[in-house]
Order: sequence, then C-alpha cells, then structure tokens
Amino acid sequence: MYGWTGKIARIDLTRQKIDVQPLSPDTCARYLGGRGMGGLFLRPAAALDWDHPDVPVCLFTGPLTATAAPTSGRSHMVSLSPLTGLMADASVGGKIGVQLKRAGWDGIVITGQSNTPVGIEIRDNHITLVPAANLWGMTTDAVHQHLNPKKAGLACIGPAGENRVRFAAVITDRYHAAGRTGLGLCLGVKKLKYILVSGAGRTRVKDPEQLKTARQDICRLTAASPALMGRYGFSRMGTGAMYDLMDNRHMMPTDNFTATWSGAAPNLNAAAYARAYSPKNHGCRGCHILCKKIGTRPAAGTAVPEFETMSHFTALVGLQDIHLVTAANQRCNSLGMDTISAAVTLACHREITRTDFTPASLLALLDDIAMDRGQGKALKKGAAAYAGAMGRPDAAMAVKGLELPAYDPRGAYGMALGFALSTRGGCHLRAYPISHEILRKPVATDRFSFSGKARIIKIAEDLNAVVDSLTACKFTFFAAGLEEYARAFSAVTGQDVTVQDLLTAGERIYYNERIINSCRGFDARHDDLPERFFTRPGTDSPQFPVPPLDRAAFLQAKAAYYAVRGLTQNGLPTRKKAQQLGVPWKTW
Amino acid sequence: MENLVKKYAKKLVDAGLGAPFGPGSPLVGGLDRDLVWNTTAPEIPVLEKMFLHLNINSLVFLRPGFPYDLIIGFLAGRALKGGGSVVPRDCETRTFLHDLPVVDRFELQAVVQALKQRKTVIVQGNEPNTKFLGPAVIAPGTVSPEQGFVHISSVCFACFVAFFSDYLAGLKSGRHDPEMDRVFDRVLPFLQNQLPASFDDLMHGPFSREQEVYAAMVQAGRKIVDLGLVDSYFGNLSCCRHNTLYISQTGASLDELAGCIDPVPLDGSSTAGITASSELTAHLETVARTGCQVILHGHPKFCVIASMDCDPVRKAACAFADRCHTHCPLPRHIGSVPIVPGEVGTGPFGLCNTLPRAFAASDSVIVHGHGLFVTGKTDFIRAFSTLAAVESSCKNRYLEQVRHLRSA
Repeated sequence: MYGWTGKIARIDLTRQKIDVQPLSPDTCARYLGGRGMGGLFLRPAAALDWDHPDVPVCLFTGPLTATAAPTSGRSHMVSLSPLTGLMADASVGGKIGVQLKRAGWDGIVITGQSNTPVGIEIRDNHITLVPAANLWGMTTDAVHQHLNPKKAGLACIGPAGENRVRFAAVITDRYHAAGRTGLGLCLGVKKLKYILVSGAGRTRVKDPEQLKTARQDICRLTAASPALMGRYGFSRMGTGAMYDLMDNRHMMPTDNFTATWSGAAPNLNAAAYARAYSPKNHGCRGCHILCKKIGTRPAAGTAVPEFETMSHFTALVGLQDIHLVTAANQRCNSLGMDTISAAVTLACHREITRTDFTPASLLALLDDIAMDRGQGKALKKGAAAYAGAMGRPDAAMAVKGLELPAYDPRGAYGMALGFALSTRGGCHLRAYPISHEILRKPVATDRFSFSGKARIIKIAEDLNAVVDSLTACKFTFFAAGLEEYARAFSAVTGQDVTVQDLLTAGERIYYNERIINSCRGFDARHDDLPERFFTRPGTDSPQFPVPPLDRAAFLQAKAAYYAVRGLTQNGLPTRKKAQQLGVPWKTW
Repeated sequence: MENLVKKYAKKLVDAGLGAPFGPGSPLVGGLDRDLVWNTTAPEIPVLEKMFLHLNINSLVFLRPGFPYDLIIGFLAGRALKGGGSVVPRDCETRTFLHDLPVVDRFELQAVVQALKQRKTVIVQGNEPNTKFLGPAVIAPGTVSPEQGFVHISSVCFACFVAFFSDYLAGLKSGRHDPEMDRVFDRVLPFLQNQLPASFDDLMHGPFSREQEVYAAMVQAGRKIVDLGLVDSYFGNLSCCRHNTLYISQTGASLDELAGCIDPVPLDGSSTAGITASSELTAHLETVARTGCQVILHGHPKFCVIASMDCDPVRKAACAFADRCHTHCPLPRHIGSVPIVPGEVGTGPFGLCNTLPRAFAASDSVIVHGHGLFVTGKTDFIRAFSTLAAVESSCKNRYLEQVRHLRSA
C-alpha cells in the first residue's frame, strides 16, 4: 500500500505479548487512520468500564503522516474516558506520530495492565517493554530529561496520570499535550509511563509530483490566511492571538462563566507574552505554521501558554498575572494535567467556596490535585464530580463531564451547539465553529443565530473527523480545505478520492463514535449545556448585547441536528443509518 | 436561511451578474433541516438532488448575464475541446479556486462529479438535443450561500480577465482567432462605460473622530462596489488615525463594512487584527513608509489584465514564465504606475514584500494578476480619483493595442 504501512502492533501489557496485525486496504480506506482507526479498534470495548484491562489505548498515525503534506505530522490517541465515560481521544502533536510511521507502524493498540511500571520502546520493527519503576513518580520534564529522546518521539505521563487524576494528560515531546478527556489516566491505570518511538523508514508516496502541487496549493492558502500567517496570526503570535479577539467579542469566559468580559486583555494578551518572554517559533514535525511559542527569556525553554490556558488561568479564575499563567501552564504540563479541565475545576471550586485565589494558592492546589492530597483529592475528579459532591452541580461548567474551553457559547451559537453535541463532551474542536463565527472562514456566519447551524455543525464534525484521521492539524483548515487535502491524499495513496468520499468517511467515523457513546448510556439528555447559559446573560458590549441562549431555539437546532445526522430524536443512532454508512451495528 | 438565500440572489443581480427575472435570475437554495429556495424554476428538481450527493448546506445556480455569458460560454467551449477546465491565471483563481471545471450538459452526475472535486462547475449546455440554456455556473457552500455567491462572482471575474488576457496575447503572437474576434466585438459595448472623474461626494478628511473614520470607510466600501471595481468580497481598504490603522476585515463584503472594520494599534500591542484583511501587513508597511493615511485596494479588471500583458517573445525566453506572479524579474510599469509580483498574504512571495517598496515612487501600484492599490493623504477622494484614472488608462491602452494589432 501507499500511504499506510498496512500493519499495527497489538501490545498486551498483562501478558507482555506483542502481535503484529495487518490492516486491509478496505479498512484503511474506510477509517483512514488516526481518530477513525482508533474508534474502530475501541469499538469492541465500548461496553466495558474505562479501566477494564481489555479497553485499549490506541495511538494511530494517518496516511499523510510523515509525508510532505503540510501539518500532517500528528497522530491521534483514543480510549475510554475516566472523566466523561465517553470515548476519549486527543490529537497528538510533536514528532511521535512521524516517528511511529517511520518505524513502520500505522498504529499501536495497547491493552492489558502491567503489574509494575513499564515503558514501551519502539525502534523500527522492534518493540520492547522496558521496566520503568525508576521513572514512576517523575514529572514529564524529568522523564524527558532522563530518557533524552533526541530525534525519537516520546509520550509520557506525570504524577497526575499515576495518581488517578481524571483529567490527566499525556505529554509528548516535552511541549505538546494530548490534553483532553483524561488519556493520561488511561495510560496510568495500565502502569504505562512512557512510549518512546524512533524509525528510519519512509512513507511510500504514489505520486510525489502531485503531492508537491497539493502542498503548494495548501501553503499558498495558509500564506493568505490572516489567522495563520498574518502579522497577528498563530504563526507570529501563537494561539494566544485569540485572546484580544475573544475579549473584543465579549466571549471570554469570566469568573466561572458568570460573565463574558474581564476588561484586562491589554495586559494579558499575546503581545504581553511576547514582550515578557521573547518567544521563538516551535511546532510539530512537518508543520510550516509553527504556532507553538517557546520563551527565550528570562529562562530559555519555557513554553508560552496556549490561548485556552491564557484565558482560563486569568479571566475564568479571577487572576491577572501572565507569569502565574506561565507557571500554571508549566506546572500542569510537568505534572501531566489538562490545563482547561484544571482551570475550570478550580474556577468551580472558587465559586462554591467563595474563596479567591492568589497565584501561590492556585499553584499549590494544582500540586495537590496531581499529588492526590488535601483538597486535591476531591478536585482531581473534575468539575462535574466535584460540584456534584459539593451539592452544587450547577457550578460545573462542563458538558458530559468535559470542562468547557475558553469560548463562551452565549457569544457564538454554533459553538453552543457544538459543545452540546460533541462526542467527547464540552469540546470546541469537534465542529470548530470559531472558524466561521469568529475568524470569518470560509465565510462569516451570524454568531448570534442558530439559523442553519445544525447542518453546518454536522458537516464540520465530519470534516474534522477526517482531519483527525488523515492526520492533519485543524488550524490549517482555517485556510485550506478538503479540496486541497483530497488531492494530497490521492497523491500519497494513489486512491482517486473526492472531497465527498472523505466526508463520507468522516461521517462514518463520527457515527461510530455516537454508537460507542450510546452503548455507554448517552443520549439526548446529555447533549445539553449548563443551565447558566440559558438563564444568565453574558457581559454586554456597548455595540451589542450578549443575552442568555434561548432554550427553545437551542432545542429546535438540536432536533434539526439529530435529523441531519441520522439519529433518533432521543439522540440515538439507528441500525438503518449505520448500515447505510457501513458501520457495524451494536452486537450486545 | 430564507433571508440568506434571498440576500445572495439579490446581490448577484445588484452586481450585474444575474437578471432579476427570467432564465438569468439566480437560484439560491439553503438547507438546514429543510431546503428553501429564493424562487421557483425548472432547474430546481435537479439542483435539489445535488444536496443528496454532496455534503453541503447551500447551492447557487446562475446563468450569467451579458457579457459574462458570452465570455464564459466561449471559454467553456474551448475547455471542453481541451483539458475539461478553464485555467485562469489571475491571483484569486490561482489561490482559491485553482481551476474551473466545465461539463457539457446540465446532468446530475456530471455536475456532482465536478463539484466533488472543485468549488464551482461551469455547465456549457446548449446541446442540440436538450432544452437547457447555457452557460450556467453552479457553486455550493458548506456554511452559507455566501460561498456560492463569492465563487460564482469569482468565476465571472476570472473568466473576464482570462478572455481579455488571452485575446491580447493571441494577437501579439500573431494568432488570428476569428471566434475570439467575434466574442470580443460583441462584448465591446460593455466596455464603453466610463468611470466618474470626480469623487467629491465622498467624505472629506482629515477625520478627527473615530466615528468619522468608520463612516468614511463604509461609504468608500460601498462606492467601490457600486462602481464595479471589486467583485464578490475582493479588495480591502484602510484608514489610519492617530496610532491606529482601521482596516476592513478578511472576507468582508466592501458594500457591507459596518461592523466589519478592525482597529489595529500601530505599536502591535493588540492582536485584534487577526481578523483583518490578508493584506494588513502590506497596509501597515505602506503607511509606515509613505505616511499616507488611506489605502484603497480594488480589482479593476483592466488593471489586472494589463498587469498580465507581456511581450510574447520575451516571455518565451523568460526563465520565470510560469511564475510571473511571484518571480517576474522585470521592472514593469503602465505609465508611471509600477507593476510588482506578489501573492496574497505574507508568504515568502507575498505582496507584503514587494508592494510597500513600490509605493516609494508612486501613489498607485498594480500587483501582477491581482489588482490595484492606491494611497490617499487624508481621505478616499484622491484615492478613488487615482484608481479610476489608472483603470481608465489601462482599459484605453488595452483597446488601443487591440485596435492596432487587429488592423495590422
């Protein structure tokens, strides 16, 4: 095959056994790779508890990984979420995806549980399980330093993943997080401390010249994108470039989503970080955008926080200190925790206890969460579980248990729908409506309207399922589209596919996720937003009001979405639609 | 959705691309849970089936009006005898549409197959055994009917530029093409319209208050669209006041600029300009270099056509003949107006690297295959006068060349 290597490794940590499994061309064509393939291999475990030994942790590359297709150096991790009970997944940056592909693997599927801490080391065809008791308890920084991966890709967990923090993250290649849904704990429960991968092979490309043309088309589009390559775009300023915009649009979640504007942006924006840290560009392997920013001073090598972290560790928790944000970001990465979930959980704690943070008290709580001590014992379960235990479920700003990112849905109704309907809980990336509601691409839509949004969200979910499966970076799709990536796909694989072929694969991948979640008891009751968004207004701007969401309009849009997606009005998949898409129906 | 389908149908008519009634009337469909159309028409049953085959939420169908019908019909006919698509070389097409596929009939599968790969399709039509009247252009959207509007508008612009560029290049190469002559002669009346010489109806600067800046920009945006100097949402404009550059947002329709202007501090203290026009960097550099307060960028068709006009002998020998838009090595001018290479945005070959420098010697600069940028000292009046004068000059020069070459 071109594009795919045609094989995966099944690694059983209980039996310490490694099997090679071939992938058929048909499976590759139908599920592509990355998230799609991960969902396929997760499916047999859909009815199990998240910590059952038979539940796999899948790490998959895509057909474009390790090729010249722009931003395709990513991979995707999939399992069941200890935080939400849903399918868990996250896009993985850095270089581990490229190394895995070069080692000759489309993916690895890890099952079982080791009795003692262990690492997986992959060098081309050779896969070994390495005792890792000496690394257990180490921070991700320390693991990185100890293993010194150089050109190899390294994914590891920190103390949070070991101490059953439900929003533990997997940190790859020091600066990149597979942050959301608690994948760090999925590794932790298997006693898997790290995965180290290096490979010397190359992805076979059917038509390098056609791929070159596709690459040029994509790069030309990204160069024309203000959000990506413009003076204030991600390439120059990092994702923090969104900070001023969210402030300006009165969409910045403030004081645990009780307001949508904090007024402090001029001192907390990306420009302020640039002044303070003089960052240099860094990015995932194979990316020309390089949105990651690494400080050169006062201490070289400090990661400049991403937008979500910037926003949530200031406006959401009631602090205004960029050095605190940087420290919290560093602490979360080092301990192996998702910054979004951590911040929302702390904001929930602040609201319930009515106790403001100081920078020191906030950092101390982060430590307590990761180390499973003091108040951290309750907070480590995430905002929903914590608020429920405190008798204040209304204070948890989460959807299906996943804490909400830094876009207030009262300022973007597509985002509201996207949050509610996402197959991994309160996630902005499944439909990513920020593209048209805020960044005006491919064209601007009315952010204060549900009109037309049901189908827009469905199409975007399918598209992003493809992006996560190819695998590529969603940011590129602020500029390029599947039109260009279909050409890259065809060039790499030799399969003559169209945009619509890929979108059909995306629909299949998404429907499979809906089936997995329905097996776990999720239905329309869970496709909802916290009540606060329907009852309290945001912060009005002098130019426009930010009213509460209209529940009737929301429900109408949700019903339209179910119809468009081919679900029942209770949000459940149907056998007919599954058959139409060629997705296996439930067998239990 | 109903509002949107009506709005973009009207915009196609207002832009002179479609007719208010009859077969030339635009058809715009929008689908959320239910499918709505702006009107009824015999083509709609076939168009509705396209929604079943394409993952889209909107579709625009247009039989372009004069002269685009003649031009697109001609180019589509030629494409069907060749590679099956029209390949314009203007910047917008090169960047966003790549090429324009053509099918010979209004048949579901043929149209769907083309739209599975590209953003638009041209239906040549006029097959002897069918009643379908062509040409027509079809463009879907995944977010809004605005996408279809923009892409159809782009097709009309691109085909216009391609036809006139190819025609002149053919004449210069000594190729006699009677069919092109006929199309040209029939289109000629369309070119007789003259741009106004005075723009005194626009707001006079300098603008002391921020609200005046916004108002002046909204007015100028509407004016440039009304004059046909931009298509769809091409073009951008900015105005500098104190230490802030006010600039139209990316993808903003210039005739609807209210609420679509970004204030960008010159000291870089805010990144709110992330939604500003792709040409923000070029605007900022130009303001810094020249001290101008106003920049206006349109896509006057004959400026674009003139920028692509190159001596065929010299071009045949040029090492960069396939990369004129980024690598043209010659210092070229139309009159005193420099022509520079450069792509949209800030890439290594972005016009931000070439345009601001060129403003050192002129208050107007043409970017190859793209459009015209003009500066103004305090308001848009002078900028518009310059823009109109340059476009008129380019058109007259073009027509003069054609006359001369044809008589020879």
